[in-house]
Amino acid sequence: MNLEEYKGVFVFAQQVDNKISGIALELIGEGKRLAEKLGESVTAVLVGSDVKGLADELAAYGADKVIVVDDPELKEYRTEPYAHALSSVINQYKPEILLVGATAIGRDLGPRVSARVHTGLTADCTSLEIGDFPINPIPGKEQKHNQLLMTRPAFGGNTIATIACPDFRPQMATVRPGVMQKLEKKEGAKAVIEEFNPGFTPNNKYVEIVNIVKNLTDTVDIMDAKILVSGGRGVGSPENFKILEDLAQAIGGTVSCSRAVVDAGWKSKDLQVGQTGKTVRPNVYFAIGISGAIQHLAGMEESDIIVAINKDETAPIFDVADYGIVGDLNKIVPALTEQIKAAVAAKN
Amino acid sequence: MKVVVCVKQVPDTKGGVKFNPDGTLDRAAMLTIMNPDDKAGLEAALRLKDQYGAEVTVVTMGLPKAEEVLREAIAMGADKGILVTDRVLGGADTWATSQTLAGALRNLEYDLIITGRQAIDGDTAQVGPQISEHLGIPVISYAQKIEIDGDSVIVERQYDDRYHVLKAKMPCLITALAELNEPRYMTPGGIFDAYKAEITTWGRADLKDVEDSNLGLKGSPTQIAKASDKVRKGKGEKVTLDPSESVEYIMNKLKEKHVI
Repeated sequence: MNLEEYKGVFVFAQQVDNKISGIALELIGEGKRLAEKLGESVTAVLVGSDVKGLADELAAYGADKVIVVDDPELKEYRTEPYAHALSSVINQYKPEILLVGATAIGRDLGPRVSARVHTGLTADCTSLEIGDFPINPIPGKEQKHNQLLMTRPAFGGNTIATIACPDFRPQMATVRPGVMQKLEKKEGAKAVIEEFNPGFTPNNKYVEIVNIVKNLTDTVDIMDAKILVSGGRGVGSPENFKILEDLAQAIGGTVSCSRAVVDAGWKSKDLQVGQTGKTVRPNVYFAIGISGAIQHLAGMEESDIIVAINKDETAPIFDVADYGIVGDLNKIVPALTEQIKAAVAAKN
Repeated sequence: MKVVVCVKQVPDTKGGVKFNPDGTLDRAAMLTIMNPDDKAGLEAALRLKDQYGAEVTVVTMGLPKAEEVLREAIAMGADKGILVTDRVLGGADTWATSQTLAGALRNLEYDLIITGRQAIDGDTAQVGPQISEHLGIPVISYAQKIEIDGDSVIVERQYDDRYHVLKAKMPCLITALAELNEPRYMTPGGIFDAYKAEITTWGRADLKDVEDSNLGLKGSPTQIAKASDKVRKGKGEKVTLDPSESVEYIMNKLKEKHVI
């Protein structure tokens, strides 16, 4: 492998139902920042069926170039044709860095592609930098410059590791959604658009889609919410979540919950925060009646401001809360909702 | 029908997490368990055994101590356990791990390979799909339901806002979510069998069609630049006030931080 041949930062521009996913724009923003440090450009790889029209949106968010792989076989996400598309792009264009979202799609596609092109893949990164590897010089070992240093949490967020891929290209990472910043939209910005089709011939690895079942709840994805009002077993009953919903509505937030609440059947799985649910980092996280098991903390402790209300003063949630209130949520939450309503009304 | 399940022995984070005084993780004080997603994969295989008489073989890669999870699997009802262990396999990243397991799996007959989606220590979700790539078979990740239909498998594959019902010809690799099922307990008879069962141990020489350059630390494309136990965020304030004062306290903080 001649590493010098590999140039530029590429991002997989995930789309679902021909709508660009938020992570694609976040990766372009982060890709651009990295590309500038390397004196390179950022290329978005758009894979799907009838998706060429989406290229302008990628350009508006900062893509210098868009490679479009458009084929009817790519209408819905399936591992094999998408892996073929992306690995063919790698073999043809030889990017130095390739970023993929750590989504249910990207965490399936990334490993398959990295195994096909024989390179390393770092999962679920929360921070990326360009730097030296080894970070500090080691006698007898070459220190390589301009390497991608990929930082990720492991062990449910209890440890962090920075990983490099010095001898293989592209340097591949899946990146956790909601962590990187997208750029401000520039209407009318244009990118170089190139179409590329490596040919798609179904083989044993193609699976058949028998049915697609969409969740009918049209709730906001808790990963996108700026304010989360999260409830745990301490809320007491599914009916009592009403007081959390009222608070969420007053403050412009979204309701989420702990695993105990999902296990009890009070709320659906897509609202669950934690190691086996979703990782969130809103501006404000209200933890109401949540004791704060380690698995829960792993999914929310990166929130900017954590407000915890719990009647048990020894609850571990208080170890990560910025503002902890020991008290009865049934008395505090409704009164807080009223105060917030009044404050918002006074402002308008 | 032959089903091979890949499992990993991992440190237990549930309940048994211990911290050092500086807030870092005290690994020495923690117990080990069979990785939860893998256990769900094993349970799925055992249900295929109950229903279709499938033969269930469990494979793990790790230190000699990892034999424990194989005995646990046999006590739950698995037929056979294979431990892949060798000094030269140590320090493997997901590329080298998947190469190792693929090298072991090439010695076995299988209609289905089931792995957990991800292990709770690494959280990468990469090894299953990478094994399937090395073996040239289809992968279906994030399985929440598995059924057999003749020579095919029908799987519900979870996405963020939907699931796909997918059909693949076997042989096929499936990665299982912990939500797939509720794993059974070990039975007293099973524990007795597991105690007596012979565990097959394979080393480097037993791996088929794998080059040395793809194994262990040296065969790993990714390298650790820096690792540290995360220092947890410090405690903030904690107050005990009556309800109206509590509300006032929160309101002041939200205003101070320009939330409202």
